[in-house]
Amino acid sequence: MSGCLLRAAALVDLEPLPERQRLVALIFAVCMVTAVFELVRRRKLREEYSMVWVATALALAVLAVNHDLLITLSRWIGAASSVSTLFFGALLFLLALVLQFSVRLTRLTHRNRTLGQRLALLEEEVQRLRRERKAAPPEPSLRKKAGASQDEVA
Amino acid sequence: MIHSTVLLIPAFREAGRVGDVVREVQRLDLGLDVLVIDDGSPDETASEAEAAGATVLRHPFNLGYGSALHTGYCYAHRQGYARVVQMDADGQHEAAMLPRLLEALEQGVDVAIGSRYLENSPPPTSVVRRLGTRLFAWIASRWVGHRITDPTSGFQGLSQRALASVCNDGFPEDYPDTDVLVEHHRRGLAIAEVPVRMHARKGGVSMHRGARIAYYGYKMLVTLLLLPIRRPTPLRRRDSVARLS
Repeated sequence: MSGCLLRAAALVDLEPLPERQRLVALIFAVCMVTAVFELVRRRKLREEYSMVWVATALALAVLAVNHDLLITLSRWIGAASSVSTLFFGALLFLLALVLQFSVRLTRLTHRNRTLGQRLALLEEEVQRLRRERKAAPPEPSLRKKAGASQDEVA
Repeated sequence: MIHSTVLLIPAFREAGRVGDVVREVQRLDLGLDVLVIDDGSPDETASEAEAAGATVLRHPFNLGYGSALHTGYCYAHRQGYARVVQMDADGQHEAAMLPRLLEALEQGVDVAIGSRYLENSPPPTSVVRRLGTRLFAWIASRWVGHRITDPTSGFQGLSQRALASVCNDGFPEDYPDTDVLVEHHRRGLAIAEVPVRMHARKGGVSMHRGARIAYYGYKMLVTLLLLPIRRPTPLRRRDSVARLS
């Protein structure tokens, strides 16, 4: 059954991308890389997040230039035309990106929560210590003793 | 004087109610330290609780009911309390019922749950909430092995053993109820219900409202489904809040 399907897919005559479409895809890829680099330059995008965008733009450029690769890929995934392979790739890329962002968001939310909780605990502790110090300031002789013992150690 | 039991009261936008709750507890003189966890309220919740004589922890922003409870647990753990009781800040729970929880803990129960369904008539709620409570009570009972009537009750008492278990950073940030009970049971803690009277909330906003009820149902089912195979905490350390620096 699967062999049959593969043969049927291979029989579909896949046209290479028309010149105009290839040009548009190439221009789009170049614009994407430029925009991403510009954002990194202005420090509005971390290198970490820029990588996946640049990789996608490069993949788009390679597929636009190299018809054989695009046609092989289309046959492989069983696409009816080369353009739909590009669309399919774009869709996969967006899904992966959104999922990755959700995962990062979850991690950040948890870190944020932990920070908020620790801040609340520490604030209470600082206030309590302040109150205690106000109520009973350390005796001067005690302070001197502490200093002396430190000197001994040094 | 330092007591061995602390009462945790998580509060969000409870100005006008939280002060009365704290004063009522202190009037009963049960030998409890009172800790109010203000979950980033924009109103006077924190100062009102402080004026009433409670120790107050302030979240810098709203983190959710579960996180507020978790902060309280971590505080109790860091301060070395032997037991914890918890109640709501909105006047739903009656301070006069606290001795029942304390007594259950005294008898060796690890998790004492104040149930509004055991002998008293519960305050009226919507049909959806009643059905939801029934469903989760059934799930909790099946899992725990004995009858649980009020798994969503926030009126609880915990032993030191149970306290050490809830200090884990994986404690849910919203709606910690059936899943936490099942987790207690999986850790071998003894769970028992105690009959209590509850009232309708005295104003403010409930966290069970509107679309959140749908989220609650979904969240609880997913959590329960994944419970046996889930990692205990999202970060590498299990106790980054409870741990003393």
